[in-house]
Order: sequence, then C-alpha cells, then structure tokens
Amino acid sequence: MISAVGRVYEWEILKLLAQKRTYLGLCAAILVPIVFVVVLVLQTGGPNDVPLGRYIRDTGLAVPFVVLFFMSIWGLPLITSLVAGDIVAAESHNDTLKTILTRSRDRGQVFTAKVLAVFTYTFVVVFALGLVGLAAGSIAWGFHPLTSLSGTKVSAGHGLGLLLASLLVYFLPLAGIAAFGLMLSTVTRNSAASVVGSLMFALLMQLLGVLPGTESIRPYLLGTQFDAWHGFLRTPADWVPVVRAVWVCALYIFIPVIAAYLVFLRRDVASQ
Amino acid sequence: MSNALPVGARGLVKLYGELVAVDQVDLTVEQGDVFGYLGPNGAGKTTSLRMLLGLIRPTAGSVELFGRDPHVDGAKALDGVAGFVEGPTFYPYLTARRNLRLLAAYDDGDSRSRIEGLLELVELRDRGDDKVGGYSHGMRQRLGIAAALLRDPKLLLLDEPTTGLDPAGMRDMRDLVRRLAAEGLTVLLSSHLLTEVEELCNRVAIIRKGQIVYEGQLHDLMATAATGFRLRSPELDRAKALLLSQPGIREVTSDDGSVRFQADEEAVAALSIALGQARIGVTALVPESASLEELFLGMTEGEQAEVEEAVA
Repeated sequence: MISAVGRVYEWEILKLLAQKRTYLGLCAAILVPIVFVVVLVLQTGGPNDVPLGRYIRDTGLAVPFVVLFFMSIWGLPLITSLVAGDIVAAESHNDTLKTILTRSRDRGQVFTAKVLAVFTYTFVVVFALGLVGLAAGSIAWGFHPLTSLSGTKVSAGHGLGLLLASLLVYFLPLAGIAAFGLMLSTVTRNSAASVVGSLMFALLMQLLGVLPGTESIRPYLLGTQFDAWHGFLRTPADWVPVVRAVWVCALYIFIPVIAAYLVFLRRDVASQ
Repeated sequence: MSNALPVGARGLVKLYGELVAVDQVDLTVEQGDVFGYLGPNGAGKTTSLRMLLGLIRPTAGSVELFGRDPHVDGAKALDGVAGFVEGPTFYPYLTARRNLRLLAAYDDGDSRSRIEGLLELVELRDRGDDKVGGYSHGMRQRLGIAAALLRDPKLLLLDEPTTGLDPAGMRDMRDLVRRLAAEGLTVLLSSHLLTEVEELCNRVAIIRKGQIVYEGQLHDLMATAATGFRLRSPELDRAKALLLSQPGIREVTSDDGSVRFQADEEAVAALSIALGQARIGVTALVPESASLEELFLGMTEGEQAEVEEAVA
C-alpha cells in the first residue's frame, strides 16, 4: 500500500514539475522577497507598522517574517490555489482520470498521492519564500541578531531556528487553503472555479478576522492562524497560538480532504 | 481467474435522472473471443464500457471481469484487463515515453521493461521523446494500444479504436487487433464500423437505445439474414419458366437480368440438375444474404443519437 502510494506520489510530483503553473507559483514565491528587498534597498522608508517591520534593515532574518505577513493576505493563498485547485480538475478536463483509474491503483491510493503532492508543493512554496527572503535580506543587510516581538535580542543562530519553526507553523493554515482548493477541484471538476473559489475562501477568512463583532470566533478562523508564528517570536515563547493553530488547522485540513476523498471515491468518471 | 469469463455483465442499468442510458444490458465475452459491440452513436456503448471498467457506477446490475467486480474489488478487478474508452488520453505536457513510464508506475509488475518494445510495435519509438500534446490523432490511438499492452492484458477493451484514422491507419490498427487476437488475447471491440466488426469479430452484441437487441455468434446473425438465391442465365425466360415448375421453389421474381427466389438447399440442388437437363445455360446461381449493415440498420432503425451524447 505504502509503496503503491509512493510510486503514484512520485509521478504526481513529476507531473507538477512538468507544468507551467507550478513554476509560476514557485517563481512568484522566490521573486516576491527578492523584489521586496530590492525596493527597500532603493528606498529609505519601511513597513514600520507590521511585526518586525521596523527592524527590517537590522538583519536579513527579519525579511522573511515581514514578507510572510504581507503574503498571507492573498499572495500565498493564490500561489497555493493555483496547484491545489487544478490537481484533480485538470485530470477531469483532460480526461486523464480514466487513464489512471483503469490501471492497478485504487482510487484511494491515487487520491492520497494527490493530497501529498499538493501539501508538498505548499510546503516547498512556504520554505522557498522564507529561505529566499532570508538569503536576499542577509545579502542586503547581513545575518545579524534579531529583535524579537518582546523587544529582546535573539542571536542569529537562534533566530534562524525560530524562522524554520515559524515557517512550519505558517505552512498549516496554507495547507488548510490547499485542502479547500483540493476539495473544490474534486467536486467542481473545474480548475478556474476551484482556484478562484479557494482564493475567495482565503479572503473571506481574512475579512471575517477584521469585521467588528467577530472577536469570539477570531481565534478559530483560518486567517488568524497565519499569525500563530508570533508566539515563537516572544520571550518567553507563547505556545498558546501555536498549539491552537495546530488543532484548528487540522480541522480545516481534514474536513475538506475527507469530503473530497468521499466524492473522489464514488464519482462517475465520464467525459466532460 | 483462468476459468472465469473475461466479461460477464448482468442486468446493467444506468440512469441519469429520467434518462435511461443503458437498460438491462447482459454481455458475455468468452475466452478467445473477438467480441464486437455494435451500436449507433449514443446507443449506450461507451457508458456500458465505462461501467465494465469501473469508471461509472451502475444504477443496477453487476459486472464481472474474470470473476471480479470492479465496483466491489476496485483496481484488483482490472488485473489482466486493459484498454480505453472514448479514445486514449494522455498527459499532453509529457512525452510518450514518460506517459508510458507513468502508467507503468500505476501498474503492478514490471510493465516498465516493456515500454521500448511496445513503442517499437506501434511504430512510435522514434517519436517517443516528443510531447503527446503534439501528436496526431492516429499517433495517440497507437500510443493508446501501447499503453494498454503495457499491462500484458488477457482482455483488451477497445472503444472505437479506428475512429479518426486514415485508411492506412485503420488497416494497421485492424491488423494489430487481428494479430493480438491470434496470440490468444480476448478482445472486446466497440465500434459503429460494420466492416470492421465483420472483418475482426466472431461474436457480436448490438445495442439500440441502451438495450441489447442481439447477442451471439456473428455467423448465426448472418445466417438469419439469408434472403434467398439469385439466378442469372442468357435464357432468362426459359429459366424462369423452369423455376416455376420446380418443387420447393417459391417467391420467384425477376429484375435486372436476374431471377430471385426462395428455396431450401435441396431444392436448389435439384434445380441445378433440371437446368442442366433442359440445356439452359447458367452464368450465376448464388445464395444472397443481407449485409451486416442491412441487418444492423434493420435492428437499430429509428435510433435517435441523443442518449449517450447527452450524458457523456
């Protein structure tokens, strides 16, 4: 079972690597922090009103955190949706689902491989953005100690560890958006509708988070979890938002994935 | 698996709302058959094939491939089964070779080692590194055969394999199917091309508006189509007069320099002797039968090509 899923997963990744939209998303994730740093190098102002924004020229370590903040609104949700919304719908559109479902792999194995491929892409995008941001920022302003959100100095090595942990936690809500996109992709069989639909979902989550009267539900909105990494940047570390992000995102991931799985398992594969 | 029927479908029904796409279809394909599945466009052939391959869930009825139901046993039921419905499809952004490698990864066993030989067989080895997106229809059809044979199947399901091919491509495809059948492969061939079925198949089923109107041996079907005999002679009037006097000869008509009549074979034998004894020259005395096309049209007359197109 595991080796069967593994072989399908390997080809799901190879298929992603053969498609332009994958590179479109990855290039955007790589270029955004570079452009961000270049613009800041050429200007004197800065994003002082966002977390760590005022320290951005102190150390390259601050850059990925600031870029993550800006990209959480629609940039990364869009990049994620590009692939998540397409991964099943494209097979329906090209009628290739019938080609792979008449071989020796069960539908469940094919679906599992697709889920893993989408999450792999999402993971790579987050870490590519973070690490390219770190590299670009370090080239521009050096790899120096980071000032935490509590105002204390954190060594560069420790700051790097915090960045990696933050990227990991940041991946969770993005995986929630990916799961939603995958569900739309499976149910609608329409790539464009799924990409737009999951982006709308991400924006709705952000909107609910700023509307007055939503204070009681805010901790459980997907958009809120994009800020969970703030907990790592406090002294001492605040684990409450991190732990909440883990279980809240797990719900946002598992519910659409299971719904999509049930649809995928039972759907009629007829031409579009 | 070896004793079980390659295909046994019983009471297959597929409803799309009020629309009955397939209605109580029974199909039996035996080991070694080249089974023709005939029907006009929209009659329910492709929907039936999709149900056979587990792609579409039947509203009622059951399917067994070598004794396993794809809707119960999943991909295991497709062991030893390969083919395509509504034309083979591939990932256009991958090369033919990579498409086959991908499919080999979706198969059990060592399919990958057969890729080069199969590309050679379908004459695509030189184009194996081209992206399938740039392939002609005929090349895709041939690649579809290679993809099916990659699984080393015992049963091959082919849906309109020669559709869209030029005459040479059609001939090559039929030669290939004939060769595979001669090697012992069981073939279920869906087609609306009657010459193709007549040329390749030993058994047929004819579907009309979702219902099977004939299933059996092709030669039995053709035998039902015997319409009589035709006699040509330079002395047609004398021949006709003799015919009318012979026992067992009925429904004598003449047109276009021939006399047509109904008779059993013994009466025809006696007639030939009588014609010889009367010194009446004969240039032709031949049995006549309706073509498969005439039979097919007779069985499917009035077909409205609406059902499957609406649901496919």
